[in-house]
Amino acid sequence: MVTPQEIRRLERLAAEMRLQIVRMMGPGKAHHFGGSLSAADLVTALYFYKMRFDPANPSWPDRDRFLMSKGHSVPAQYAALAMLGVLPLEELATLKQLGSRLQGHPAMHYTPGLEGCTGSLGQGLSYANGLALAARLQGRSYRVYCLLGDGELHEGQVWEAAMTAPQHRLTNLTAIVDQNGLKAMDAVAAAKDLEPLDERFAAFGWAVRRIDGHNMAEICAALDWATSQSERPAAILARTVKGKGVSFIENQVAYHNVALTEAQHAAAIAELTARLQEVTGCQSA
Amino acid sequence: MPERVETRVAYGEALLALGRARQDVVVLDADLYRSTRTVLFAEAFPERFLDLGIAEQDMVSTAAGLAASGLIPYCNSFAMFITARCYDQTRIQIAYPGLPVKLVGSSAGLTQGPDGASHQSLEDISLMRGLPNMAVVVPADDVETHQATFAIAGWPGPVYLRLGRYPTPRLFDESYRFEVGRMVRMRDGGDLVLFACGHMVAKALEAAELLARDGLQARVVNVSTIKPLDAEPVRREAAGVQRAFTVEEHSIIGGLGSAVCEVLAEEARVPVTRLGVRDQFGESGLADELLAKHGLQPEGIRSSVLRALG
Repeated sequence: MVTPQEIRRLERLAAEMRLQIVRMMGPGKAHHFGGSLSAADLVTALYFYKMRFDPANPSWPDRDRFLMSKGHSVPAQYAALAMLGVLPLEELATLKQLGSRLQGHPAMHYTPGLEGCTGSLGQGLSYANGLALAARLQGRSYRVYCLLGDGELHEGQVWEAAMTAPQHRLTNLTAIVDQNGLKAMDAVAAAKDLEPLDERFAAFGWAVRRIDGHNMAEICAALDWATSQSERPAAILARTVKGKGVSFIENQVAYHNVALTEAQHAAAIAELTARLQEVTGCQSA
Repeated sequence: MPERVETRVAYGEALLALGRARQDVVVLDADLYRSTRTVLFAEAFPERFLDLGIAEQDMVSTAAGLAASGLIPYCNSFAMFITARCYDQTRIQIAYPGLPVKLVGSSAGLTQGPDGASHQSLEDISLMRGLPNMAVVVPADDVETHQATFAIAGWPGPVYLRLGRYPTPRLFDESYRFEVGRMVRMRDGGDLVLFACGHMVAKALEAAELLARDGLQARVVNVSTIKPLDAEPVRREAAGVQRAFTVEEHSIIGGLGSAVCEVLAEEARVPVTRLGVRDQFGESGLADELLAKHGLQPEGIRSSVLRALG
Protein backbone atom coordinates (compact mmCIF):
# COMPACT_ATOMS: atom_id res chain seq x y z
CA MET A 1 0.00 0.00 0.00
CA VAL A 2 1.41 3.33 -1.08
CA THR A 3 1.08 6.07 1.49
CA PRO A 4 -0.90 9.25 0.78
CA GLN A 5 2.30 11.23 1.24
CA GLU A 6 4.00 9.13 -1.41
CA ILE A 7 1.06 9.61 -3.77
CA ARG A 8 1.26 13.38 -3.28
CA ARG A 9 5.01 13.32 -3.94
CA LEU A 10 4.40 11.46 -7.19
CA GLU A 11 1.59 13.83 -8.21
CA ARG A 12 3.91 16.75 -7.70
CA LEU A 13 6.58 15.05 -9.82
CA ALA A 14 4.03 14.34 -12.55
CA ALA A 15 2.98 17.98 -12.54
CA GLU A 16 6.62 18.98 -12.81
CA MET A 17 7.11 16.50 -15.65
CA ARG A 18 4.24 18.00 -17.62
CA LEU A 19 5.71 21.45 -17.14
CA GLN A 20 9.10 20.21 -18.33
CA ILE A 21 7.52 18.56 -21.37
CA VAL A 22 5.69 21.66 -22.54
CA ARG A 23 8.63 23.91 -21.65
CA MET A 24 11.14 21.85 -23.67
CA MET A 25 8.82 21.78 -26.66
CA GLY A 26 8.40 25.52 -26.66
CA PRO A 27 6.23 27.58 -29.02
CA GLY A 28 6.50 27.73 -32.78
CA LYS A 29 7.67 24.17 -33.46
CA ALA A 30 5.62 21.06 -34.08
CA HIS A 31 5.78 18.58 -31.23
CA HIS A 32 3.84 15.56 -30.02
CA PHE A 33 2.17 17.26 -27.07
CA GLY A 34 -0.80 14.95 -26.69
CA GLY A 35 0.90 11.59 -26.29
CA SER A 36 3.67 12.88 -24.04
CA LEU A 37 1.17 14.48 -21.68
CA SER A 38 -1.13 11.45 -21.58
CA ALA A 39 1.83 9.25 -20.58
CA ALA A 40 3.26 11.56 -17.91
CA ASP A 41 1.66 9.97 -14.84
CA LEU A 42 2.61 6.47 -15.99
CA VAL A 43 6.21 7.48 -16.70
CA THR A 44 6.43 9.28 -13.35
CA ALA A 45 5.25 6.23 -11.44
CA LEU A 46 7.74 4.02 -13.24
CA TYR A 47 10.81 6.17 -12.67
CA PHE A 48 10.00 7.66 -9.28
CA TYR A 49 8.07 4.84 -7.64
CA LYS A 50 8.57 1.48 -9.24
CA MET A 51 11.77 0.96 -11.13
CA ARG A 52 15.11 -0.10 -9.71
CA PHE A 53 17.23 2.53 -11.38
CA ASP A 54 20.38 4.35 -10.28
CA PRO A 55 20.59 7.78 -11.95
CA ALA A 56 24.30 7.89 -11.20
CA ASN A 57 24.79 4.69 -13.20
CA PRO A 58 22.11 4.47 -15.90
CA SER A 59 23.86 1.53 -17.58
CA TRP A 60 24.02 -0.58 -14.40
CA PRO A 61 23.42 -4.14 -15.72
CA ASP A 62 20.77 -4.97 -13.11
CA ARG A 63 18.68 -1.84 -13.63
CA ASP A 64 15.04 -2.20 -14.53
CA ARG A 65 14.43 -1.29 -18.17
CA PHE A 66 11.81 1.07 -19.52
CA LEU A 67 11.15 1.11 -23.24
CA MET A 68 9.01 3.82 -24.84
CA SER A 69 7.51 1.83 -27.68
CA LYS A 70 5.28 4.78 -28.62
CA GLY A 71 8.46 6.63 -29.48
CA HIS A 72 6.90 10.00 -30.27
CA SER A 73 6.14 10.37 -26.56
CA VAL A 74 9.81 10.23 -25.60
CA PRO A 75 9.80 13.83 -24.27
CA ALA A 76 8.11 12.39 -21.16
CA GLN A 77 11.08 10.05 -20.75
CA TYR A 78 13.59 12.82 -21.42
CA ALA A 79 11.89 14.86 -18.71
CA ALA A 80 12.11 11.96 -16.27
CA LEU A 81 15.79 11.41 -17.03
CA ALA A 82 16.50 15.11 -16.56
CA MET A 83 14.53 15.30 -13.31
CA LEU A 84 16.60 12.35 -12.06
CA GLY A 85 19.84 14.01 -13.09
CA VAL A 86 20.80 11.56 -15.85
CA LEU A 87 20.55 14.51 -18.26
CA PRO A 88 21.09 18.17 -17.35
CA LEU A 89 17.73 19.91 -17.09
CA GLU A 90 18.90 22.69 -19.36
CA GLU A 91 19.62 20.16 -22.11
CA LEU A 92 15.90 19.52 -22.52
CA ALA A 93 15.60 22.74 -24.54
CA THR A 94 17.80 21.19 -27.25
CA LEU A 95 15.04 18.70 -28.11
CA LYS A 96 15.11 17.83 -31.84
CA GLN A 97 17.76 20.44 -32.61
CA LEU A 98 20.71 19.64 -34.86
CA GLY A 99 23.47 18.13 -32.77
CA SER A 100 21.24 17.38 -29.78
CA ARG A 101 21.36 14.11 -27.88
CA LEU A 102 17.58 14.39 -27.67
CA GLN A 103 16.38 13.04 -31.00
CA GLY A 104 12.78 13.34 -32.14
CA HIS A 105 12.31 9.65 -31.47
CA PRO A 106 14.24 7.46 -29.01
CA ALA A 107 17.80 6.61 -30.04
CA MET A 108 19.72 4.57 -27.46
CA HIS A 109 23.08 5.48 -28.96
CA TYR A 110 22.39 9.20 -28.53
CA THR A 111 20.81 9.46 -25.11
CA PRO A 112 21.99 7.97 -21.83
CA GLY A 113 19.17 6.11 -20.11
CA LEU A 114 17.38 4.95 -23.24
CA GLU A 115 17.15 1.20 -23.77
CA GLY A 116 16.45 0.96 -27.49
CA CYS A 117 15.45 2.67 -30.69
CA THR A 118 11.79 3.15 -31.51
CA GLY A 119 9.79 5.53 -33.64
CA SER A 120 8.31 3.12 -36.11
CA LEU A 121 5.33 1.89 -34.14
CA GLY A 122 4.69 -1.70 -33.17
CA GLN A 123 8.25 -2.89 -32.62
CA GLY A 124 8.85 -2.16 -28.96
CA LEU A 125 7.10 -5.07 -27.30
CA SER A 126 9.14 -7.62 -29.26
CA TYR A 127 12.29 -5.76 -28.24
CA ALA A 128 11.13 -5.70 -24.62
CA ASN A 129 10.62 -9.46 -24.85
CA GLY A 130 14.25 -9.70 -25.95
CA LEU A 131 15.37 -7.69 -22.93
CA ALA A 132 13.28 -9.91 -20.65
CA LEU A 133 14.57 -13.12 -22.23
CA ALA A 134 18.13 -11.87 -21.84
CA ALA A 135 17.57 -11.41 -18.11
CA ARG A 136 16.60 -15.06 -17.89
CA LEU A 137 19.54 -16.24 -20.00
CA GLN A 138 21.99 -14.16 -18.01
CA GLY A 139 20.53 -14.91 -14.61
CA ARG A 140 19.63 -11.29 -13.90
CA SER A 141 16.70 -10.15 -11.83
CA TYR A 142 15.80 -6.92 -13.59
CA ARG A 143 12.31 -6.19 -14.83
CA VAL A 144 11.20 -4.73 -18.15
CA TYR A 145 8.43 -2.19 -18.69
CA CYS A 146 7.15 -1.34 -22.14
CA LEU A 147 4.77 1.55 -22.81
CA LEU A 148 2.62 1.26 -25.90
CA GLY A 149 0.06 3.56 -27.44
CA ASP A 150 -3.41 2.27 -28.14
CA GLY A 151 -3.21 3.35 -31.77
CA GLU A 152 0.05 1.44 -31.92
CA LEU A 153 -1.90 -1.75 -31.24
CA HIS A 154 -3.11 -1.58 -34.84
CA GLU A 155 0.36 -2.79 -35.81
CA GLY A 156 0.30 -6.56 -36.28
CA GLN A 157 3.75 -7.07 -34.79
CA VAL A 158 2.41 -6.10 -31.38
CA TRP A 159 0.26 -9.22 -31.46
CA GLU A 160 3.16 -11.38 -32.55
CA ALA A 161 4.99 -10.12 -29.47
CA ALA A 162 1.84 -10.54 -27.38
CA MET A 163 1.94 -14.24 -28.27
CA THR A 164 5.67 -14.54 -27.53
CA ALA A 165 5.66 -13.17 -23.97
CA PRO A 166 3.14 -15.63 -22.47
CA GLN A 167 4.68 -18.49 -24.50
CA HIS A 168 7.94 -17.91 -22.62
CA ARG A 169 6.21 -17.00 -19.34
CA LEU A 170 7.93 -13.64 -19.22
CA THR A 171 6.74 -12.68 -15.77
CA ASN A 172 9.53 -10.11 -15.59
CA LEU A 173 7.78 -8.10 -18.33
CA THR A 174 4.98 -5.58 -17.94
CA ALA A 175 3.23 -4.01 -20.92
CA ILE A 176 1.41 -0.75 -20.27
CA VAL A 177 -1.02 0.66 -22.80
CA ASP A 178 -1.50 4.43 -22.76
CA GLN A 179 -5.08 4.22 -23.88
CA ASN A 180 -5.90 7.82 -24.78
CA GLY A 181 -8.29 6.77 -27.50
CA LEU A 182 -6.81 8.94 -30.22
CA LYS A 183 -4.30 8.29 -32.96
CA ALA A 184 -2.69 10.82 -35.29
CA MET A 185 -5.70 11.58 -37.45
CA ASP A 186 -8.78 10.37 -35.62
CA ALA A 187 -10.15 8.16 -32.88
CA VAL A 188 -8.37 4.81 -32.62
CA ALA A 189 -11.73 3.06 -32.92
CA ALA A 190 -12.54 4.88 -36.15
CA ALA A 191 -10.07 2.69 -38.05
CA LYS A 192 -9.79 -0.53 -36.05
CA ASP A 193 -11.66 -0.84 -32.79
CA LEU A 194 -9.48 -2.45 -30.10
CA GLU A 195 -12.23 -3.37 -27.68
CA PRO A 196 -12.70 -5.48 -25.74
CA LEU A 197 -8.97 -4.93 -25.26
CA ASP A 198 -8.81 -6.59 -21.85
CA GLU A 199 -10.39 -9.75 -23.24
CA ARG A 200 -8.03 -9.69 -26.20
CA PHE A 201 -4.91 -9.52 -24.05
CA ALA A 202 -6.34 -12.13 -21.69
CA ALA A 203 -7.06 -14.44 -24.62
CA PHE A 204 -3.42 -14.10 -25.65
CA GLY A 205 -2.38 -15.30 -22.20
CA TRP A 206 -1.74 -12.10 -20.25
CA ALA A 207 -2.81 -11.08 -16.79
CA VAL A 208 -4.78 -7.89 -17.42
CA ARG A 209 -5.84 -4.96 -15.30
CA ARG A 210 -7.65 -1.79 -16.36
CA ILE A 211 -6.88 1.44 -14.51
CA ASP A 212 -7.30 5.19 -14.66
CA GLY A 213 -3.94 6.24 -16.07
CA HIS A 214 -4.06 9.56 -14.28
CA ASN A 215 -4.84 8.19 -10.83
CA MET A 216 -1.46 7.81 -9.15
CA ALA A 217 -2.69 5.42 -6.46
CA GLU A 218 -4.23 3.14 -9.09
CA ILE A 219 -1.08 3.27 -11.20
CA CYS A 220 1.19 2.32 -8.31
CA ALA A 221 -1.15 -0.46 -7.19
CA ALA A 222 -1.30 -1.83 -10.73
CA LEU A 223 2.49 -1.82 -11.07
CA ASP A 224 2.78 -3.71 -7.78
CA TRP A 225 0.11 -6.14 -8.96
CA ALA A 226 2.02 -6.63 -12.22
CA THR A 227 5.26 -7.55 -10.51
CA SER A 228 3.48 -10.01 -8.24
CA GLN A 229 2.47 -12.17 -11.21
CA SER A 230 4.17 -15.54 -11.16
CA GLU A 231 2.57 -17.27 -14.16
CA ARG A 232 1.86 -14.70 -16.85
CA PRO A 233 3.20 -11.39 -18.10
CA ALA A 234 1.07 -8.46 -17.03
CA ALA A 235 -0.71 -5.93 -19.20
CA ILE A 236 -1.93 -2.70 -17.64
CA LEU A 237 -4.54 -0.94 -19.75
CA ALA A 238 -4.41 2.66 -18.59
CA ARG A 239 -7.31 4.86 -19.64
CA THR A 240 -5.83 8.30 -20.26
CA VAL A 241 -6.66 11.67 -21.75
CA LYS A 242 -4.53 12.76 -24.67
CA GLY A 243 -2.96 16.10 -23.81
CA LYS A 244 -3.81 15.70 -20.11
CA GLY A 245 -3.13 18.83 -18.09
CA VAL A 246 -3.51 21.46 -20.79
CA SER A 247 -7.22 22.03 -21.16
CA PHE A 248 -7.30 23.27 -24.74
CA ILE A 249 -5.16 20.30 -25.89
CA GLU A 250 -7.04 17.61 -23.98
CA ASN A 251 -8.84 15.11 -26.19
CA GLN A 252 -8.17 17.20 -29.31
CA VAL A 253 -6.92 15.04 -32.14
CA ALA A 254 -5.62 18.17 -33.88
CA TYR A 255 -2.92 18.48 -31.19
CA HIS A 256 -1.22 15.16 -31.93
CA ASN A 257 1.77 16.89 -33.49
CA VAL A 258 1.46 20.66 -33.76
CA ALA A 259 3.24 23.92 -33.05
CA LEU A 260 1.72 26.09 -30.34
CA THR A 261 1.56 29.85 -30.81
CA GLU A 262 3.35 32.03 -28.27
CA ALA A 263 0.05 32.78 -26.59
CA GLN A 264 -1.02 29.13 -26.52
CA HIS A 265 2.33 28.08 -25.13
CA ALA A 266 2.16 30.73 -22.41
CA ALA A 267 -1.37 29.62 -21.52
CA ALA A 268 -0.24 25.99 -21.32
CA ILE A 269 2.70 26.89 -19.09
CA ALA A 270 0.42 28.97 -16.85
CA GLU A 271 -2.06 26.13 -16.46
CA LEU A 272 0.64 23.56 -15.69
CA THR A 273 2.38 25.94 -13.29
CA ALA A 274 -0.88 26.48 -11.43
CA ARG A 275 -1.32 22.73 -11.17
CA LEU A 276 2.21 22.31 -9.85
CA GLN A 277 1.58 25.00 -7.23
CA GLU A 278 -1.69 23.34 -6.30
CA VAL A 279 -0.12 19.92 -5.67
CA THR A 280 2.93 21.44 -4.01
CA GLY A 281 0.70 23.44 -1.69
CA CYS A 282 -1.30 20.33 -0.95
CA GLN A 283 1.88 18.57 0.07
CA SER A 284 3.02 21.26 2.48
CA ALA A 285 -0.46 21.69 3.97
CA MET B 1 35.72 -33.82 -58.75
CA PRO B 2 35.89 -31.76 -55.57
CA GLU B 3 33.33 -32.20 -52.84
CA ARG B 4 30.18 -30.12 -53.31
CA VAL B 5 28.43 -28.74 -50.26
CA GLU B 6 25.58 -26.29 -49.76
CA THR B 7 26.70 -23.24 -47.81
CA ARG B 8 23.61 -23.48 -45.59
CA VAL B 9 24.73 -26.98 -44.57
CA ALA B 10 28.22 -25.76 -43.74
CA TYR B 11 26.65 -22.96 -41.73
CA GLY B 12 24.57 -25.34 -39.61
CA GLU B 13 27.66 -27.27 -38.60
CA ALA B 14 29.67 -24.09 -38.01
CA LEU B 15 26.92 -22.64 -35.84
CA LEU B 16 26.97 -25.75 -33.67
CA ALA B 17 30.73 -25.37 -33.23
CA LEU B 18 30.31 -21.67 -32.52
CA GLY B 19 27.75 -22.49 -29.85
CA ARG B 20 30.35 -24.64 -28.11
CA ALA B 21 32.99 -21.94 -28.39
CA ARG B 22 30.90 -18.95 -27.32
CA GLN B 23 28.33 -18.89 -24.55
CA ASP B 24 27.02 -15.49 -25.65
CA VAL B 25 25.71 -16.76 -28.99
CA VAL B 26 21.94 -17.22 -29.14
CA VAL B 27 20.04 -18.47 -32.19
CA LEU B 28 16.59 -17.43 -33.34
CA ASP B 29 14.58 -18.99 -36.11
CA ALA B 30 11.15 -18.46 -37.65
CA ASP B 31 9.92 -22.01 -38.22
CA LEU B 32 12.56 -23.02 -40.75
CA TYR B 33 15.17 -24.59 -38.49
CA ARG B 34 15.49 -27.83 -40.40
CA SER B 35 15.94 -25.91 -43.64
CA THR B 36 18.24 -23.23 -42.22
CA ARG B 37 20.10 -26.01 -40.37
CA THR B 38 19.93 -24.24 -37.04
CA VAL B 39 18.35 -27.47 -35.79
CA LEU B 40 21.83 -28.72 -34.90
CA PHE B 41 22.36 -25.78 -32.57
CA ALA B 42 18.80 -26.11 -31.23
CA GLU B 43 19.32 -29.74 -30.24
CA ALA B 44 22.67 -29.05 -28.59
CA PHE B 45 21.77 -25.79 -26.84
CA PRO B 46 17.98 -25.68 -26.40
CA GLU B 47 18.26 -22.98 -23.73
CA ARG B 48 19.97 -20.66 -26.22
CA PHE B 49 17.59 -21.35 -29.10
CA LEU B 50 14.28 -19.62 -29.78
CA ASP B 51 11.78 -20.56 -32.46
CA LEU B 52 9.60 -17.45 -32.68
CA GLY B 53 7.20 -19.13 -35.08
CA ILE B 54 6.24 -17.64 -38.41
CA ALA B 55 6.92 -14.11 -37.21
CA GLU B 56 10.08 -12.64 -38.72
CA GLN B 57 9.38 -9.13 -37.49
CA ASP B 58 8.97 -10.33 -33.92
CA MET B 59 12.12 -12.41 -34.32
CA VAL B 60 14.48 -9.63 -35.37
CA SER B 61 13.07 -7.13 -32.86
CA THR B 62 13.47 -9.71 -30.09
CA ALA B 63 17.02 -10.28 -31.29
CA ALA B 64 17.70 -6.57 -31.02
CA GLY B 65 16.66 -6.66 -27.38
CA LEU B 66 18.92 -9.65 -26.77
CA ALA B 67 21.84 -7.90 -28.49
CA ALA B 68 21.29 -4.75 -26.43
CA SER B 69 21.74 -6.99 -23.39
CA GLY B 70 25.16 -8.21 -24.47
CA LEU B 71 24.27 -11.39 -26.35
CA ILE B 72 25.15 -12.21 -29.97
CA PRO B 73 21.95 -13.27 -31.73
CA TYR B 74 21.94 -15.13 -35.06
CA CYS B 75 18.54 -14.67 -36.72
CA ASN B 76 17.58 -17.15 -39.40
CA SER B 77 15.09 -17.42 -42.20
CA PHE B 78 15.05 -17.59 -45.97
CA ALA B 79 17.03 -14.71 -47.44
CA MET B 80 13.99 -12.99 -48.85
CA PHE B 81 12.14 -12.96 -45.54
CA ILE B 82 15.02 -12.11 -43.20
CA THR B 83 15.75 -9.02 -45.31
CA ALA B 84 12.49 -7.78 -46.79
CA ARG B 85 9.84 -8.95 -44.35
CA CYS B 86 11.41 -7.17 -41.39
CA TYR B 87 13.34 -4.39 -43.10
CA ASP B 88 11.92 -1.59 -40.96
CA GLN B 89 12.69 -3.44 -37.73
CA THR B 90 16.24 -4.13 -38.89
CA ARG B 91 16.70 -0.54 -39.98
CA ILE B 92 15.57 1.15 -36.78
CA GLN B 93 16.24 -1.32 -34.00
CA ILE B 94 19.43 -2.97 -35.28
CA ALA B 95 21.28 -0.95 -37.92
CA TYR B 96 20.57 2.50 -36.46
CA PRO B 97 22.12 1.78 -33.03
CA GLY B 98 24.61 -0.68 -34.60
CA LEU B 99 23.59 -3.64 -32.45
CA PRO B 100 25.52 -6.85 -33.23
CA VAL B 101 22.62 -8.91 -34.58
CA LYS B 102 23.60 -11.38 -37.31
CA LEU B 103 20.90 -11.86 -39.95
CA VAL B 104 21.40 -15.10 -41.82
CA GLY B 105 19.55 -15.47 -45.10
CA SER B 106 19.30 -19.04 -46.27
CA SER B 107 18.33 -20.40 -49.70
CA ALA B 108 19.24 -17.11 -51.35
CA GLY B 109 19.01 -16.26 -55.01
CA LEU B 110 17.84 -18.04 -58.13
CA THR B 111 19.21 -21.36 -56.89
CA GLN B 112 16.39 -21.49 -54.36
CA GLY B 113 14.73 -22.97 -57.42
CA PRO B 114 11.24 -24.43 -57.65
CA ASP B 115 9.46 -22.21 -55.11
CA GLY B 116 9.54 -19.30 -57.51
CA ALA B 117 9.74 -15.55 -57.22
CA SER B 118 8.26 -15.21 -53.73
CA HIS B 119 11.17 -17.20 -52.31
CA GLN B 120 13.98 -16.20 -54.67
CA SER B 121 15.84 -13.29 -53.13
CA LEU B 122 17.27 -11.14 -55.90
CA GLU B 123 17.14 -7.82 -54.04
CA ASP B 124 18.38 -8.83 -50.59
CA ILE B 125 21.96 -7.63 -50.99
CA SER B 126 20.68 -4.33 -52.29
CA LEU B 127 18.36 -3.90 -49.32
CA MET B 128 21.00 -4.72 -46.71
CA ARG B 129 23.78 -2.78 -48.41
CA GLY B 130 21.71 0.37 -48.25
CA LEU B 131 21.57 0.32 -44.46
CA PRO B 132 24.23 2.30 -42.60
CA ASN B 133 26.32 0.14 -40.23
CA MET B 134 25.27 -3.13 -41.93
CA ALA B 135 27.99 -5.46 -43.20
CA VAL B 136 27.13 -7.87 -46.02
CA VAL B 137 28.93 -11.21 -46.37
CA VAL B 138 28.39 -13.79 -49.12
CA PRO B 139 30.69 -16.79 -48.70
CA ALA B 140 31.71 -18.80 -51.74
CA ASP B 141 32.05 -22.33 -50.36
CA ASP B 142 31.74 -24.43 -47.24
CA VAL B 143 35.17 -23.55 -45.86
CA GLU B 144 34.57 -19.83 -46.22
CA THR B 145 31.08 -20.23 -44.75
CA HIS B 146 32.50 -21.92 -41.68
CA GLN B 147 35.09 -19.18 -41.29
CA ALA B 148 32.58 -16.41 -41.84
CA THR B 149 30.10 -17.86 -39.35
CA PHE B 150 32.78 -17.54 -36.66
CA ALA B 151 34.24 -14.24 -37.87
CA ILE B 152 30.99 -12.29 -37.85
CA ALA B 153 30.43 -13.14 -34.18
CA GLY B 154 33.42 -10.94 -33.45
CA TRP B 155 32.39 -8.16 -35.81
CA PRO B 156 31.15 -5.33 -33.61
CA GLY B 157 28.06 -4.41 -35.62
CA PRO B 158 25.19 -6.01 -37.53
CA VAL B 159 25.90 -8.40 -40.38
CA TYR B 160 23.85 -9.92 -43.17
CA LEU B 161 25.20 -13.38 -44.06
CA ARG B 162 23.84 -14.71 -47.36
CA LEU B 163 23.76 -18.48 -47.86
CA GLY B 164 22.53 -20.87 -50.52
CA ARG B 165 21.10 -24.33 -50.95
CA TYR B 166 23.06 -25.09 -54.13
CA PRO B 167 25.80 -27.72 -53.87
CA THR B 168 28.95 -25.82 -54.67
CA PRO B 169 32.55 -27.04 -54.99
CA ARG B 170 35.11 -26.47 -52.28
CA LEU B 171 37.45 -23.66 -53.33
CA PHE B 172 39.51 -23.12 -50.20
CA ASP B 173 41.61 -25.44 -48.11
CA GLU B 174 41.38 -25.53 -44.35
CA SER B 175 44.24 -23.08 -43.92
CA TYR B 176 42.14 -20.26 -45.39
CA ARG B 177 41.28 -17.44 -42.99
CA PHE B 178 38.27 -15.31 -43.86
CA GLU B 179 38.26 -11.70 -42.70
CA VAL B 180 35.31 -9.34 -42.95
CA GLY B 181 36.18 -6.79 -45.64
CA ARG B 182 38.97 -8.73 -47.37
CA MET B 183 38.56 -9.92 -50.96
CA VAL B 184 40.58 -12.82 -52.31
CA ARG B 185 42.10 -13.29 -55.75
CA MET B 186 41.30 -16.85 -56.81
CA ARG B 187 42.96 -16.87 -60.26
CA ASP B 188 45.49 -14.68 -62.02
CA GLY B 189 44.93 -13.19 -65.46
CA GLY B 190 45.71 -9.97 -67.27
CA ASP B 191 42.95 -9.54 -69.85
CA LEU B 192 39.86 -9.14 -67.76
CA VAL B 193 38.71 -9.46 -64.19
CA LEU B 194 35.65 -11.31 -62.93
CA PHE B 195 34.45 -10.05 -59.54
CA ALA B 196 32.10 -12.68 -58.13
CA CYS B 197 30.43 -13.66 -54.88
CA GLY B 198 28.72 -16.74 -53.46
CA HIS B 199 28.01 -19.60 -55.84
CA MET B 200 29.17 -17.44 -58.71
CA VAL B 201 32.81 -17.66 -57.66
CA ALA B 202 32.97 -21.30 -58.71
CA LYS B 203 31.06 -20.51 -61.90
CA ALA B 204 33.44 -17.65 -62.68
CA LEU B 205 36.44 -19.94 -62.19
CA GLU B 206 34.95 -22.44 -64.62
CA ALA B 207 34.20 -19.62 -67.07
CA ALA B 208 37.82 -18.48 -66.78
CA GLU B 209 38.98 -21.92 -67.90
CA LEU B 210 36.70 -21.71 -70.94
CA LEU B 211 37.98 -18.23 -71.74
CA ALA B 212 41.57 -19.46 -71.53
CA ARG B 213 40.77 -21.70 -74.50
CA ASP B 214 39.60 -18.57 -76.29
CA GLY B 215 42.96 -16.99 -75.56
CA LEU B 216 41.76 -14.70 -72.78
CA GLN B 217 43.26 -14.78 -69.31
CA ALA B 218 40.69 -13.91 -66.67
CA ARG B 219 41.54 -12.78 -63.18
CA VAL B 220 38.90 -14.01 -60.70
CA VAL B 221 38.24 -12.23 -57.42
CA ASN B 222 36.01 -13.52 -54.64
CA VAL B 223 34.29 -10.50 -53.10
CA SER B 224 32.87 -12.33 -50.12
CA THR B 225 32.39 -9.08 -48.21
CA ILE B 226 30.24 -6.75 -50.29
CA LYS B 227 30.09 -4.22 -47.50
CA PRO B 228 32.31 -2.72 -46.19
CA LEU B 229 34.05 -2.58 -49.56
CA ASP B 230 37.31 -0.69 -49.59
CA ALA B 231 38.10 1.16 -52.81
CA GLU B 232 41.77 0.32 -52.92
CA PRO B 233 41.59 -3.46 -53.44
CA VAL B 234 38.82 -3.05 -56.03
CA ARG B 235 40.93 -0.58 -57.94
CA ARG B 236 43.99 -2.81 -57.62
CA GLU B 237 42.19 -5.92 -58.88
CA ALA B 238 40.77 -3.98 -61.83
CA ALA B 239 44.11 -2.47 -62.78
CA GLY B 240 45.52 -3.23 -66.21
CA VAL B 241 42.61 -5.21 -67.64
CA GLN B 242 40.47 -4.36 -70.65
CA ARG B 243 37.21 -4.65 -68.76
CA ALA B 244 35.86 -5.67 -65.39
CA PHE B 245 32.87 -7.98 -64.96
CA THR B 246 30.73 -8.62 -61.93
CA VAL B 247 28.94 -11.94 -61.53
CA GLU B 248 26.22 -12.39 -58.95
CA GLU B 249 23.11 -14.42 -58.32
CA HIS B 250 21.18 -11.24 -57.64
CA SER B 251 19.72 -8.28 -59.43
CA ILE B 252 22.29 -6.16 -61.23
CA ILE B 253 20.72 -3.24 -59.34
CA GLY B 254 22.12 -2.63 -55.89
CA GLY B 255 24.28 -5.68 -55.35
CA LEU B 256 27.89 -6.61 -56.05
CA GLY B 257 27.76 -5.05 -59.53
CA SER B 258 26.58 -1.74 -58.18
CA ALA B 259 29.15 -1.78 -55.38
CA VAL B 260 32.04 -2.41 -57.79
CA CYS B 261 30.75 0.15 -60.28
CA GLU B 262 30.50 2.78 -57.57
CA VAL B 263 34.16 2.33 -56.73
CA LEU B 264 35.44 2.08 -60.28
CA ALA B 265 33.38 5.03 -61.52
CA GLU B 266 34.84 7.23 -58.81
CA GLU B 267 38.32 5.82 -58.59
CA ALA B 268 39.36 4.35 -61.94
CA ARG B 269 38.61 4.33 -65.64
CA VAL B 270 37.79 0.70 -66.21
CA PRO B 271 34.60 -0.21 -68.06
CA VAL B 272 32.37 -2.63 -66.17
CA THR B 273 29.78 -5.17 -67.32
CA ARG B 274 27.37 -6.41 -64.69
CA LEU B 275 26.21 -10.01 -65.01
CA GLY B 276 23.23 -11.05 -62.95
CA VAL B 277 19.47 -10.88 -63.10
CA ARG B 278 18.45 -7.93 -65.24
CA ASP B 279 15.77 -6.20 -63.18
CA GLN B 280 13.34 -9.12 -63.19
CA PHE B 281 11.65 -11.39 -60.73
CA GLY B 282 12.55 -15.05 -60.56
CA GLU B 283 10.30 -17.95 -61.47
CA SER B 284 9.96 -21.65 -60.70
CA GLY B 285 12.51 -23.96 -62.21
CA LEU B 286 15.54 -26.02 -61.35
CA ALA B 287 18.55 -24.13 -60.04
CA ASP B 288 20.73 -24.99 -63.00
CA GLU B 289 18.00 -24.12 -65.48
CA LEU B 290 17.48 -20.74 -63.88
CA LEU B 291 21.20 -19.96 -63.79
CA ALA B 292 21.43 -20.88 -67.47
CA LYS B 293 18.44 -18.74 -68.38
CA HIS B 294 20.06 -15.71 -66.77
CA GLY B 295 23.48 -16.34 -68.29
CA LEU B 296 25.08 -17.33 -65.00
CA GLN B 297 26.42 -20.76 -65.96
CA PRO B 298 30.09 -20.86 -67.07
CA GLU B 299 29.12 -20.93 -70.75
CA GLY B 300 26.81 -17.94 -70.31
CA ILE B 301 29.47 -15.97 -68.47
CA ARG B 302 31.95 -16.80 -71.25
CA SER B 303 29.49 -15.61 -73.91
CA SER B 304 28.86 -12.34 -72.12
CA VAL B 305 32.59 -11.72 -71.76
CA LEU B 306 33.30 -12.43 -75.41
CA ARG B 307 30.40 -10.18 -76.47
CA ALA B 308 31.57 -7.32 -74.25
CA LEU B 309 35.19 -7.56 -75.36
CA GLY B 310 34.06 -7.59 -79.00
